[in-house]
Amino acid sequence: MDHLRRMPVPDATGPDQIFQRALTNGEIVLPRCDDCGAYHFFPRVLCPHCHGTAISWHPASGKGRVHTTTVVRQKPERGGDYNVCVVELEEGVRMMSRVEGIAPGDIVIDMAVTAFVGEAEGQPAVLFKPVEV
Amino acid sequence: MTTKLRGKSAIVGTGHAGFGEAHGLTAYDVMAQSALAALGDAGLKLSDVDGLFCTMMEDSMPALMAAEYLGIQPRFIDGTMTGGSSFVNYLTSATMALEGGLCDVALIVYGSNQRTASGRLVTASRPPAYEAPYNPRYPISAYAMAAARHMHEFGTTREQLADVAVAARAWAQHNPEAFERGPLSREDVLGARMVGDPLTVRDCCLVTDGGGAIVMVRADRARDFPKAPVYVLGSAAESSHRQISQMKDFTVTAARESGARAFAAAGVSPSDIQAVELYDAFTINTILFLEDLGFCAKGEGGAFVEGGRIAPGGVLPVNTNGGGLSCVHPGMYGIFTVIEAARQIRGDAPGIQLKDVDLALAHGNGGVLSSQVTAILGSQNTL
Repeated sequence: MDHLRRMPVPDATGPDQIFQRALTNGEIVLPRCDDCGAYHFFPRVLCPHCHGTAISWHPASGKGRVHTTTVVRQKPERGGDYNVCVVELEEGVRMMSRVEGIAPGDIVIDMAVTAFVGEAEGQPAVLFKPVEV
Repeated sequence: MTTKLRGKSAIVGTGHAGFGEAHGLTAYDVMAQSALAALGDAGLKLSDVDGLFCTMMEDSMPALMAAEYLGIQPRFIDGTMTGGSSFVNYLTSATMALEGGLCDVALIVYGSNQRTASGRLVTASRPPAYEAPYNPRYPISAYAMAAARHMHEFGTTREQLADVAVAARAWAQHNPEAFERGPLSREDVLGARMVGDPLTVRDCCLVTDGGGAIVMVRADRARDFPKAPVYVLGSAAESSHRQISQMKDFTVTAARESGARAFAAAGVSPSDIQAVELYDAFTINTILFLEDLGFCAKGEGGAFVEGGRIAPGGVLPVNTNGGGLSCVHPGMYGIFTVIEAARQIRGDAPGIQLKDVDLALAHGNGGVLSSQVTAILGSQNTL
């Protein structure tokens, strides 16, 4: 599975490829089932809610809330502490990510966040930043 | 397992090997020593085994490797990998295989040398593709996020989490087989190195070597063995997700379903259980499983474990060997919940032996709160 998301192939139609190609273009798209109307994540060839197979792709609103969060503690010489969290998007799907632009320990459950395309492990990835109040 | 299988199979031997550090031994060596110990306990030989139930962290065909290593050619084999719950899960498949006549002597076996081989928890698989880029430290990050959510929703405190570790240590202090037996206070747990907020290193299980094995036969033969048989009264599994980001409710595990069905199959309820052996890889696990298995209401697990209530002399004996937190945790702990439950019923528990145990519960957890398997074990009196 890992190699699929690493190498988006132009014009390829697999769900991982569609999602990754959009990220490479700086866009976040989410799969939605045409039959039941529910979004899902991760990308797949069927809807996990109603098991329909008519899946279409839609730009994500980018609006989300931190569902839960942790600080991975790491010695400074190995890169220091960092955040890992699960965000629930307005579309009702959840994804693992991290919130940037704020100390990892200051990220709290229910915090409003906005998605952007950043970089993780040298590849385009969905990241979040706190919503400015 | 349905009521059709209630009491149809029995554990007639348990064994273990390599607890703590098994220097110079491979994981399969520890597995084999465990098998011999359990068969010896049952008065059987390896050549009697015709059903093998095994998985390991080592490679992709561990049951085949185990059979080859042991020099046996089983006619029934099950290597279903549901993480640390696998071995509790095998109680069901072994019962079905025995009852169906597919084998006569079932050996459930596991071994690991992960402490001396690597010194850290080894996971059998890499994080899934949509989680890996964020570098979660598995499995700790997953359990830390479940703990954070439980604290957020129910006001569970770090002190209550710490009390789970303190209780486990209190049991372990009486168990000569336990790896960690030194004193441990709530302050020690809270003041220990934070590894994944809100969990400190003392909220996390041990990393040890160790193996375990269980021998099972059909109930009609079970009284012909040296030790008192321990009957499988009910067992059930439920799988809810693989990736922690896909867990629907971080505060409710599929133990709610596995537990309800295991209790229904056994025809008993939580208040009947005299010894509770849970998969305590992290302190939050014990709280979640006590709630989901019905020993207390959802959200009340923190208060339930507070101040020694699951420690020796408390209201409910939980993880009477010291658990994965203080006794042994070689990567997959599930088989040790069954072994301790069986020994409490037989009356030969290595640490504190509870009085007249007829009913005990063993609960396995696999993945990142993903696979839940519950078994209810009982003495002859419960048939």
